[in-house]
Amino acid sequence: MARIRDLARVCKSKNAGPFELTIDVVFDTPELYRAVGATGVLGPALFARLYGVDARDVIFTPYPAGLAYKATLVRAVPSGDLGDTDVYGCQQHAPLLEVEIPLEA
Amino acid sequence: MNSQGTTHRMLSSSGILGYGFPSSSLEAGLERGIDMLGVDGGSTDPGPFYLGSGKTLNSRLAMRRDIALMLHGALACRVPLVIGSCGGAGGAPHLAAVVDIVREIAVAEGRHFRLAVIQSEQPKARVRTALAAGRIKPLRGVAPLDEDTLERAERVVAMMGAEPFAAALDAGAQVVLAGRASDPAPWAASAIRAGLPPAPAWYAGKMLECGATPAVPKGHDCLYARIDADGVVLEPTAPERRCTPSSVANHSLHENPSPCIHLEPGGVLDTTDCRFEAVSDRAVRVSGMRWRPSPYTVKLEGAELAGYRALSICGTRDPLLIAGLDDFLARVREAVATKALALGVKEDGYRLFIRVYGRDGVMGPTEPVQEIRSHELGFVIEVVAPSQEQADAVLALARVTMLHTDFPGRLCREGNMAFPYSPSDIAAGPVYRFSVFHVMELDDPLAPFPIHYEDL
Repeated sequence: MARIRDLARVCKSKNAGPFELTIDVVFDTPELYRAVGATGVLGPALFARLYGVDARDVIFTPYPAGLAYKATLVRAVPSGDLGDTDVYGCQQHAPLLEVEIPLEA
Repeated sequence: MNSQGTTHRMLSSSGILGYGFPSSSLEAGLERGIDMLGVDGGSTDPGPFYLGSGKTLNSRLAMRRDIALMLHGALACRVPLVIGSCGGAGGAPHLAAVVDIVREIAVAEGRHFRLAVIQSEQPKARVRTALAAGRIKPLRGVAPLDEDTLERAERVVAMMGAEPFAAALDAGAQVVLAGRASDPAPWAASAIRAGLPPAPAWYAGKMLECGATPAVPKGHDCLYARIDADGVVLEPTAPERRCTPSSVANHSLHENPSPCIHLEPGGVLDTTDCRFEAVSDRAVRVSGMRWRPSPYTVKLEGAELAGYRALSICGTRDPLLIAGLDDFLARVREAVATKALALGVKEDGYRLFIRVYGRDGVMGPTEPVQEIRSHELGFVIEVVAPSQEQADAVLALARVTMLHTDFPGRLCREGNMAFPYSPSDIAAGPVYRFSVFHVMELDDPLAPFPIHYEDL
C-alpha cells in the first residue's frame, strides 16, 4: 500500500467560485496515473466520505491530458460566509494525502 | 492588430492588477512585439467583503504602480491596454478607483489617449425584470433567486463577455477599463477582433488571465501568447520561468469545476481534446480546443450584509483544560448566553464562533483527526451580531468568560487564556455574504454594460 502523499506530484484544493470546492491530484507519469485510476480508489464515493457530502453531488473528472483526477463538490459553508474556516478553500486537501492506494510507492 | 489577421500576440502582466510583476518581464514582452496588453483585475476568491463593501482588493499604491508601467508600455507600443474586473469585484466604486488612478497618471504625465470605461454594476430594476421573466437561473450550490434576496443585496454585478471589450476597441479606445468581466474576455475580444476563431481566442484568455501561473515556477509575472487559427503558443517572459506541456495542461484544473468544460458568455470552451507540445524548452503550443456556441448568459454576483463582527485571539497551555475542552466550551457558550440576555441580546440575536486552532480550526466538522495531541491550542473567539455595538458587547462577555470559566481539575485560577494583545478585542466591521451567484439570459450582450468614452 502507498499513500497519496507518497505517489502524487500535486495534491491541492481551491475554491471553484464561492460555492464550490475543487480538489486535484496530479501524477508524474501516464503509467502511474493509469495505475492509480485502475485501483478504483479515487472516485465520487471517496470524496463524499472525506468531505461529508452526497456522492451524487461530487463531480469527478479524470483528466488524462494533465495526468490528473479532479473532484468538485459544493461547499458546506460558502466562501467567507458565517462559520467558514477557509475563504480560499486552499487547505482542504489534507485528508486526501493519507488515503491509501493498493500500489507500491 | 496583425494586418494578416492570422496571428495575434498578447501579453498579460500578472494574475491580478496590483499583485505586481517585474518591470523587466514587461519590457521583455513588449520587445517581442505585441498587439494588446492586458491584465485581469478581479476575483471572488478573497471572499464577499469587497463586492459588498465597495473596497478594492489591492491597495491604490499597488494598482497605481502596475497601471503606470503598463500604460507607458502600451502607449509606447501603440497597442490597447485592457483591464477587466477593475478593483477586484468590478462594481461601480471599484471601477471608479481604477479610473481615478488612470486619470491621475494621464494628467500628471501629460499623456493623451482615448479611455473607455465599461460599467457592470446592475440596476436592481434590470435584474428584477429578468427575474420576473424567468431569465435568471442559480448556479450549482445556490438557491433560486427571489425578490427579497435581490432587494437585500448591497451590490449586484454582471460578468461581461467579449462583446463590450470589442465594442470599446472598435470605437478606438486605447485604454479600456471594465467592471466585472469574465476573466478571459479582454484577451478573447482582442483576438476575435483580429479575425481569429473563438476557440483559441478564449483559450488564450483562460491562460493569460492568470499571468505566469501556467508556468513553472509559478509567480506574479508576465505571460506572452501568440495565437493563430489552430492554436496558442504560451511563453513566460521572465527567463527563470518556463511553460511545459504539463504546467500548461494542469492550469486547466485551476479554480474550475471541470478541467475540460469552461462556461463563458455565449459559449462553452471545451479543452477535452487539447494537445500540448513543447516548441522550445520554455514555450508550449496548445491546439485542439473547441468552442460550442450556447444561448447567451452572463453570471450575476451579489453580496449582502450579514452583520457586524468582533473577534479576539487567545490561547491555552493548560493540559487540564485541553483534556476537557468540549465541556469547557459548552459552559462558555451557556454563560455567554445568560450574560448577553442580561444586556438585552437574545441568543438568536448573535452568532458566537469559537475556532480552535490545533484541533479543527482549518477543516471544522470535516476534520478527520479527532485526537488532540497539541500541548497548546489557539482560539479565535468571534461574534457576529446585527450591530457593531452588540457584537462588541457580546464578544467582551465571551472573552472574559473564556478567561475565567471553571473546569474540572483546574489548578490555575488566575485565568485560563493567554491573550497576546491589549486591547484584546477587535471590532472587525461589516460582514458580507455572497447572496447572488446566478446566470442571467441576455438578448444583447452589450445592453447591461454601458460604455463611456473620455478623451484624456
